[in-house]
Amino acid sequence: MTEEKFDAIVIGAGMAGNAAAYTMASRGLKVLQLERGEYPGSKNVQGAIMYSNMLEKIIPDFRDDAPLERHLVEQRFWMMDDTSHVGMQYRSDDFNESRPNRYTVIRAQFDKWFSRKVREAGATVLCETTVTELARDADGNVIGVHTDRIGDVILADVVVLAEGVNGLLGTRAGLRETPKPETVALAVKEMHFLPEEVIDQRFGLKANEGCVIEAAGTISRSMAGLAFLYTNKESISIGIGCLVSDFAATMESPYDLLENFKNHPSVRPLIADSEVKEYAAHLIPEGGYKAIPQLFGNGWVVAGDAAQLNNAVHREGSNLAMTSGRLAGEAILQVKKRGDPMVKENLALYKSKLDKSFVIKDLRKYKDMPALLHTNSRNFFTTYPQLLSQAAQNFMRVDSTPKLDKERATTAAFVKERSRWGLVSDAVRLAFAWR
Amino acid sequence: MTIAVTNLRVEEKLYQNRYVVDSGRPHIKVRPHQSPSAKLYALTSVCPAKCYELNDNGQVEITADGCMECGTCRVLCEASGEIEWNYPRGGFGVLFKFG
Ligand SMILES: Cc1cc2nc3c(=O)[nH]c(=O)nc-3n(C[C@H](O)[C@H](O)[C@H](O)COP(=O)(O)OP(=O)(O)OC[C@H]3O[C@@H](n4cnc5c(N)ncnc54)[C@H](O)[C@@H]3O)c2cc1C
Ligand code: SF4
Repeated sequence: MTEEKFDAIVIGAGMAGNAAAYTMASRGLKVLQLERGEYPGSKNVQGAIMYSNMLEKIIPDFRDDAPLERHLVEQRFWMMDDTSHVGMQYRSDDFNESRPNRYTVIRAQFDKWFSRKVREAGATVLCETTVTELARDADGNVIGVHTDRIGDVILADVVVLAEGVNGLLGTRAGLRETPKPETVALAVKEMHFLPEEVIDQRFGLKANEGCVIEAAGTISRSMAGLAFLYTNKESISIGIGCLVSDFAATMESPYDLLENFKNHPSVRPLIADSEVKEYAAHLIPEGGYKAIPQLFGNGWVVAGDAAQLNNAVHREGSNLAMTSGRLAGEAILQVKKRGDPMVKENLALYKSKLDKSFVIKDLRKYKDMPALLHTNSRNFFTTYPQLLSQAAQNFMRVDSTPKLDKERATTAAFVKERSRWGLVSDAVRLAFAWR
Repeated sequence: MTIAVTNLRVEEKLYQNRYVVDSGRPHIKVRPHQSPSAKLYALTSVCPAKCYELNDNGQVEITADGCMECGTCRVLCEASGEIEWNYPRGGFGVLFKFG
């Protein structure tokens, strides 16, 4: 092993690492992939919705053998207060197509499958191996890695850092900053098992159809946060996440939030009598466009969550990770084919590919959203959900109050809580951030 | 009506999980201190595995056995030097069955 030099070393067997390793190995590069978990996926946590289009670009016939749970036909958004929710719901039979657009998956199983594809493509994959340090030459160029299992340095022309949001190696090497408490969310999640028919019945589903619920409101106790509930075949993934800075400021405990969400009258019946089999926690990059670090340098590139390539507004991350991993792999292949060295000027190709893709375009679109939600979290996550709920209840309750008086009362409640100026400015700022 | 906060024991949640504990080699350490900073103290409620607790002398201690390696404490307290944070050795630590 020690005398061997690899074309590329990939750190991490998550979405980004597997995409990069597969792309390079399947086109003939000599690839070593290192993963600290006992098996790929054993350290990874996701909701999880998986987006077909981005995986198809890597493994077109993934549907033949990938472990997929349900394809999604329905999405619900809930604005919650303590006893109610106001919702929006979209369901379409068009999603019952031959090549469905989105699936729920279970990451531990999905990552194992993806990793098998990487091995079949010819990469060497070593699990139970933590990379402890990047190896650099006298000029600071990355030339390989040190691990806790193999004595000597392992050399490669280029190292792909796909180490996930916590990104210890890249930050220790000074290639980028450690994520800040206000640019990462902490999410906790549980797996609730129920018979398939019970899930079908409770969500109005049949034959592998799936439904997802995303919820915001008083459940996050004024913190910027979001809860989710996703249907798998025989289980429900349920979780909630809020910014780490908000957790630290409020001293709320994440498991309390999750318990409260589970006990909410709108949620409790959906998971009643289920058997809980796992409790997990993970960070999610929330900094968006403005938090993206330097993406390449002499002998290295960084992809996925480690590069903060995560679209918190749309709850997308795995597809950005897969796409950035693939584009990193393709850029490296091109540089290699030209016979050029893996230096900064040449690896800039990776960045220009990313810039042209949806990854950077989407993140740029929402560049002001993280700051807006962060500074206004009380209004967006407590005041508005409560007002909306009151308005809905007021509208729904039939009593002897004339309708016009009801409407006036609703408007007055909004103005009282936020003032006209506050409402207009929130609306304008939201519109601009969304633009 | 507000929802009652369930008197929940995190240990029961963690009990569902699979761990390979690297005995005697904790991957996170708290530096000795007189009294904890606000951020270090916050970890006693913010750590999702409740690894951090206040001892009788008012100092924050860690038992990292139930750690899910999320990195929250690193993000909050590594920069100030209050904690030392590493991943467990390869193969050790939490092993998610589902993730
Ligand atoms: C609760 C939750 C819900 C989510 N829901 C969704 C969703 O529904 N849809 C979606 O698209 N995205 C979702 N995401 C985001 C998505 O999970 C991430 O964007 C995606 O996993 C990022 O992939 P990655 O490969 O960059 O990192 P990861 O998947 O985190 O992979 C990093 C890998 O590197 C390994 N590693 C790290 N350091 C080392 C080291 N030093 N040595 C060796 N190996 C190392 C890790 O063990 C891990 O396997 C969610 C995230 C969370 C936490
Ligand atoms: S990494 Fe996460 S689970 Fe582990 S001790 Fe720190 S905050 Fe707790």
